[in-house]
Amino acid sequence: MLQVVERNVEGVVVLDLAGRITLGEGARRLRELIRSLLNAGERRILLNLAQVDYIDSSGLGELVSSYTLVRQQGGELKLLSLTRKVHDLLQVTKLLTVFDVREDETDALASFPSE
Amino acid sequence: MPRMQAIVLESRIEAVDQAEAAALRAAESAGFAENDQHSIAMAVREITVNAVLHGNQLQPDKRVRLEFDSQPGELVISILDQGRGFQPGEIPDPLSPENIMRQSGRGIFLARAFMDSVELQPSPNGTRVVLRKHLPPGAERKRG
Repeated sequence: MLQVVERNVEGVVVLDLAGRITLGEGARRLRELIRSLLNAGERRILLNLAQVDYIDSSGLGELVSSYTLVRQQGGELKLLSLTRKVHDLLQVTKLLTVFDVREDETDALASFPSE
Repeated sequence: MPRMQAIVLESRIEAVDQAEAAALRAAESAGFAENDQHSIAMAVREITVNAVLHGNQLQPDKRVRLEFDSQPGELVISILDQGRGFQPGEIPDPLSPENIMRQSGRGIFLARAFMDSVELQPSPNGTRVVLRKHLPPGAERKRG
C-alpha cells in the first residue's frame, strides 16, 4: 500500500510517499498522481521517498516514466531523502545518474527554477 | 521447514506478493540474516513477475511453480512458468545508455544483483529460473 500526502511549498508540489512502490497498486497510484498533477498544470514536483522502504523493478520503471513525462511537458521531477535500500537500488541500476536526488528539503525546493 | 517445499501459484498479479512472502519465509527458515532475506525475496519477486507477465502472460489456465530447496550452505529456488520460453540474447542490458530510460527490463538484472547465481533455462514448454544464495559462514538453519 502506498500512502501519499500532497503539499504545496513555494510553488513546488511535494509528495510525501510512504510504503511500497511495486507492481500493481503502488506503481499505478504513482502514475495516476503524476498525470493528475500535470493535468492540473503543475510542473515542479518533488517526491519525498523518506518513508518508502521498497521499490521493485516496476516501481523503478514508474519513476523513470514519470520523470520522462514531466520533462516532456517542460517540468522537473526530483527525488528527496532516499532510504539506504532505495539509494542502493538506484545506484545499482545507474538511475542515480539520471535523477536529481536531494537530501534536504530546503535545498531541494531552492533547486527548482523560479516560475 | 522441510528441506524442500513447493508452491503453485495462479498467473495473477497477486501471485507476485505470495511468491515474495514465501521467499521471505524460506530465507528466514534457512538461516539468512534480515538483509539477505529481503534480497532473496526481491529476486524471487522479480523472476515471478516475469513468469506471470511475460511467460504465462496472465493466462488463467497457466501456473507458476516455485521450489525452495534448503541445502547445506545454500538456498536454491527454482521458478517455473508455462510460457513459450525466450532467447537469452533477447534480454537487453538495462545499464546501457539506450536502455537506461526504459520503463521495463530490469527484473533479471536485479535478481542477478541480489543472488549469487541466476540460471535461465528457457524451453518451448516454459522457462525455469534457478536462483542460488550461499549462506554466510556460521548461519544456522532454523528447526521446525
